[in-house]
Amino acid sequence: MTHALSFRRVWRRERRKAVTVEESPQATPAPAAVQPDVDIAPNDPLLAYLTSSAGAVDLDSLELESQAVTDLREAGMKLVVPLVTHGELVGLLSLGPRLSEQEYSREDRKLLDDLAGYAAPAVRVAQLVREQKAEVQERSRLEQELKVATLIQQQFLPKELPHLAGWDVAAYYQPAREVGGDFYDFIDLPDGKVGIVVGDVTDKGVPAALIMAKTHSIMRADAPRLVEPGAVLARANSLLAAEMPPNMFVTCLYAVLEPATGKLCFANAGHPLPFRRTASGEVEELVATGMPLGLLEGMEYEETETVLRAGESILMHSDGIAEAHNDNREMFGFPRLSELVGEGAGGQELLDEVLVQLRSFVGATAEQEDDITLVTLQRSAHTYGEEEQADAGEERLVDDFQLPSNPGNDRQAMDRVAASAAPLGLPAAQMDRLKTAVSEATMNAIEHGNGNNPDLPVSIQLLQRPGAVAVRITDCGPGPGDTGEPVEPDLEAKLEGLQTPRGWGLFLIKNMVDELHVYGDDESHTLELVLHTGNGVSDG
Amino acid sequence: MATGLVEVRVRHLSALAVLDLGGDITSQAASDLEQAYERAIEIDPAAILLNFTSVSYINSTGIALLVGILARARREHRRVLAIGLSDHYVEIFRITRLSDFMDLFDDEDTAIRAMSPAAT
Repeated sequence: MTHALSFRRVWRRERRKAVTVEESPQATPAPAAVQPDVDIAPNDPLLAYLTSSAGAVDLDSLELESQAVTDLREAGMKLVVPLVTHGELVGLLSLGPRLSEQEYSREDRKLLDDLAGYAAPAVRVAQLVREQKAEVQERSRLEQELKVATLIQQQFLPKELPHLAGWDVAAYYQPAREVGGDFYDFIDLPDGKVGIVVGDVTDKGVPAALIMAKTHSIMRADAPRLVEPGAVLARANSLLAAEMPPNMFVTCLYAVLEPATGKLCFANAGHPLPFRRTASGEVEELVATGMPLGLLEGMEYEETETVLRAGESILMHSDGIAEAHNDNREMFGFPRLSELVGEGAGGQELLDEVLVQLRSFVGATAEQEDDITLVTLQRSAHTYGEEEQADAGEERLVDDFQLPSNPGNDRQAMDRVAASAAPLGLPAAQMDRLKTAVSEATMNAIEHGNGNNPDLPVSIQLLQRPGAVAVRITDCGPGPGDTGEPVEPDLEAKLEGLQTPRGWGLFLIKNMVDELHVYGDDESHTLELVLHTGNGVSDG
Repeated sequence: MATGLVEVRVRHLSALAVLDLGGDITSQAASDLEQAYERAIEIDPAAILLNFTSVSYINSTGIALLVGILARARREHRRVLAIGLSDHYVEIFRITRLSDFMDLFDDEDTAIRAMSPAAT
């Protein structure tokens, strides 16, 4: 054949708006046959015409209202040959005029039709290979993104739960496969308070993870300074609103707990309401209103305050639980969750029960739709007796801290309590007694309560009460074992080698303080040292 | 276990050995104290004087060490004297009855004068 045949192909990509007829890189166009690319719209009637046409189509004699035909003619095309395989138009050959300037003959058309018949399946295969490659690339890009999102998210989740004397704290977080924007956090605050954050960024993947990271940083930076939950959320909102991508926002519940008294102050930026179970087993929602973070600047957040009493618990949760569906498209729902809270278990037991029920509801094989986050706090039923509860209102927490159970940390505890108690105006002798009592009690907690295990903390609270200063020292050992009077060590027996030279700790404590209380439960043991101010032990 | 928390200097004054203590008297001072006691009795003193003037902290495990020293000195028929205790630790020595077996003095001179007849 002496004329040039320009081979063109049609790109079929579902998301493309137009079908492009473009120069094949393999083609070697004759100088006269260099034409611009022609885009064919997916709804152009030419495509339907070619799909059903039996072979090569003469453009000059074609009567069709078609932009593509006009464009092809303008590009100097004379003949188009559809590449059809399995009834599907996968491309077309378009040809300019023969170099001989003669019309295409019957033989030419026959040859072109045959060629199209062979080429069409090959073109389709090439397209499929290309689509497959693109799909693989897209998949690995998504997987990579997922990995990054997961990494970011994990970076900002707490590495460990806070150890709060008299409290059972548990948390659970499970990202969905696509990784949503759930997060939670515990923030140490001044005066022994603890900030608890549970939040959810709309959207998924890396964008959600980045906003989550940002929210986390803002909360961490501002919470210790501002403390009041409403102020913390208002500040976070104004910072986030300024830079929030469109269609994204953050729901966030922020609560500040005073572990010593159970006082819980919280504010809520559009997050699902937490449940609180009272000691008598009733369940209520803790309500505070406020807009999600990042939607509108200048929002204010209502603050609500409550007291969690002995035996009471709260559950904070993300919408991934209540909005989980089963096969019948029914939602797990808040009533089911509320019922589980009311069943009485707290801490990890409650979380386990929620997860078991959730799994049995959605079905064991169902893929998790959204991130799931659960945080629960339960106040021990046995930490303090009725009397201590009644007194709690009158006492002020001066200091609250924890130390790892390393030998020698008794000295640290003593120095810290002494520094914190300095403004309380204890007479020097009283202060010395307090110091000795604190160091001895801490040493007992480190050695006997926690077995010198640095992973187990000793919690120390300094409290000011009317007419008294109290220090509570709590270890993780079971207690109270022996609440009886400490046996007085016999120095003569010790000097004769009949008793160990040691064994002075509890005896000293007892002699340093005005009151000594011992209480605890299966998981904690507390020594409460009380010194009456202005009415010290006798100096005689 | 030498920790540097306690400092002990030993001085010999005729029949009296003085242990100048400093820092913290806790269980961690055990070996330092024991070594100091060994040096102190090299001259076979009639009395051991524990100088607590520079001691900032004594806890119950430190008391146990002092009980150990006191027990050994008594076996060896040595008197034990103590000086330089703060009011708080005087109270603790009284509560533990250590002061029943140790003579407490305000300062070194008073202690030396008080024990002179016995030491000679």
